Amino acid sequence: MKLKKNIAVSETGFLFDPNSGESFSLNETGKKILQFLKEEKSENQISEWFVKNYEVDQATFENNFNDFITVLQNFRITE
Amino acid sequence: MKEKLKYERPIITKINAGVTDKFGMRAKMPVISEIDGIPVKELINKYGSPSFILSEQTIRKTYNDAKRAFTTRYPNVQFAWSYKTNYMNAVCKIFHSEGSWAEVVSGFEYDKAISNGVPGNKIIFNGPDKSKEDLQKATNNGSYIHIDHFDELYDLLSIAETSEKRPKVAIRVNMDTGIFPQWDRFGFNYENGEAWNALNRIMMSKKLDLIGLHTHIGTYMMTPAPYGVAASKLAELAVRLERKFNHKIKYIDMGGGFASKNTLKGAYLPGKDTCPTFDQYAEAISNALINSELDPNEMPTLFLETGRALIDDAGYITGSVLANKRLADGRRSMIIDTGVNMLFTSFWYEHEIYPAKEVSSHSEDTTIYGPLCMNIDVIRSVIKFPLLQKGDHYVIKRIGAYNMTQWMQFITLRPKIILVDPEGKTHIIRENETNESLTSLEVIPEHLK
Ligand SMILES: Cc1ncc(COP(=O)(O)O)c(C=O)c1O
Repeated sequence: MKLKKNIAVSETGFLFDPNSGESFSLNETGKKILQFLKEEKSENQISEWFVKNYEVDQATFENNFNDFITVLQNFRITE
Repeated sequence: MKEKLKYERPIITKINAGVTDKFGMRAKMPVISEIDGIPVKELINKYGSPSFILSEQTIRKTYNDAKRAFTTRYPNVQFAWSYKTNYMNAVCKIFHSEGSWAEVVSGFEYDKAISNGVPGNKIIFNGPDKSKEDLQKATNNGSYIHIDHFDELYDLLSIAETSEKRPKVAIRVNMDTGIFPQWDRFGFNYENGEAWNALNRIMMSKKLDLIGLHTHIGTYMMTPAPYGVAASKLAELAVRLERKFNHKIKYIDMGGGFASKNTLKGAYLPGKDTCPTFDQYAEAISNALINSELDPNEMPTLFLETGRALIDDAGYITGSVLANKRLADGRRSMIIDTGVNMLFTSFWYEHEIYPAKEVSSHSEDTTIYGPLCMNIDVIRSVIKFPLLQKGDHYVIKRIGAYNMTQWMQFITLRPKIILVDPEGKTHIIRENETNESLTSLEVIPEHLK
């Protein structure tokens, strides 16, 4: 899973895609995932981190994560 | 151990500069976390998912609101509970305890009313399907028989020949009230003279007691004006009967048809903002009767057979999310445990559905599917809905009318119906179906055993 190169994410969860000129807003969880994706962390690493720090079990997180990735693909934010 | 942070599922939404949604702002979806003070979670834990919930307090309050709207405008008013709208015995008994008679449209409903303790002379018997046995029984009990067609009139005349009691009858009249489509399949037509003809035959026969005039002009009537037209036409027939036969009828029955606050499919604005109030319907009907040529000293009783508008708001479905899914084009879909087989009215209403707890301020366009393995099983085709997780609870509002009578057993078993009484105690008023309760009706032929 790779983000497009020049995607910019602000501190406040605002995402700008210079390729399309479109903007998006992210909640805390979404912002964190985008940050990890930018750092090219694997799905496993991301999932572990969330399960350790948040009130969420692995199955729920992975389910939500996959759904989120599908949305990113639909918005053409990923490569 | 370190305390974990509260989790919210990841969300990304596109920002459409300058574009707001239909209502001008991004309204946060309200939550229904309890029904008459009882947490939804508790209801589901105790009675299963899904469950149908009815609020006795709301039934009584709605009934009294409707009654007040009419009794403050017209001298004598009598409601008759339309059984087909919701004939759970507990529901019927609530209406009867408030003073409602019973309005039934089949032998089955008739017997149900009798076993609910309604005296025969407080039952209105409508509909095109009354067997000769039904008519005989209704005659013996002094029930009000509303004749639908000439074949029924002849049946009644022959019953009158041999009965000790005279059948008490009214005719159902259909008419042009300015609405489209005009309901002309029930009763006798006003404009073409058929209704007047039927009344003449009844009077000439001298075998039946003609006591009333009935109409039911349609259902979910979105304006009160047609009721005014209909009431004037019935009043006119009553006045003609008096002139020609010196016969006074005892009542005018305006049927049902008041809209509930549900939103019809395709409507631009929500039903709760557009449907007339009881006061508006009452105003139209009372004005028409009072301004007619009916004798002001002996005004006929006004009967009302209001169904959906009296019970829709009292009913809820509580249930759980089964799964979330992305459709091929990326749209979000959510599968819940209530299907169209249980929510019959989803074919014509955009039912209001809410999460049972605060989940997230983000919502996304979502298609809500029922659990059936059938393409038609769609509860809402597009609704901005927060992202619930599997197992989260939802509440569907305003489902009290027609669902608990028109639901069907299909693929899954029908759940329990729970009544919340005014003290906040819950009661099972209909058990859930089981494999045994259903298969007990089946018979396997010897050669297949
Ligand atoms: C004769 C008659 N009366 C009353 C009703 C109740 O109508 P509503 O639920 O629209 O008030 C119906 C419903 O079809 C009906 O057929």
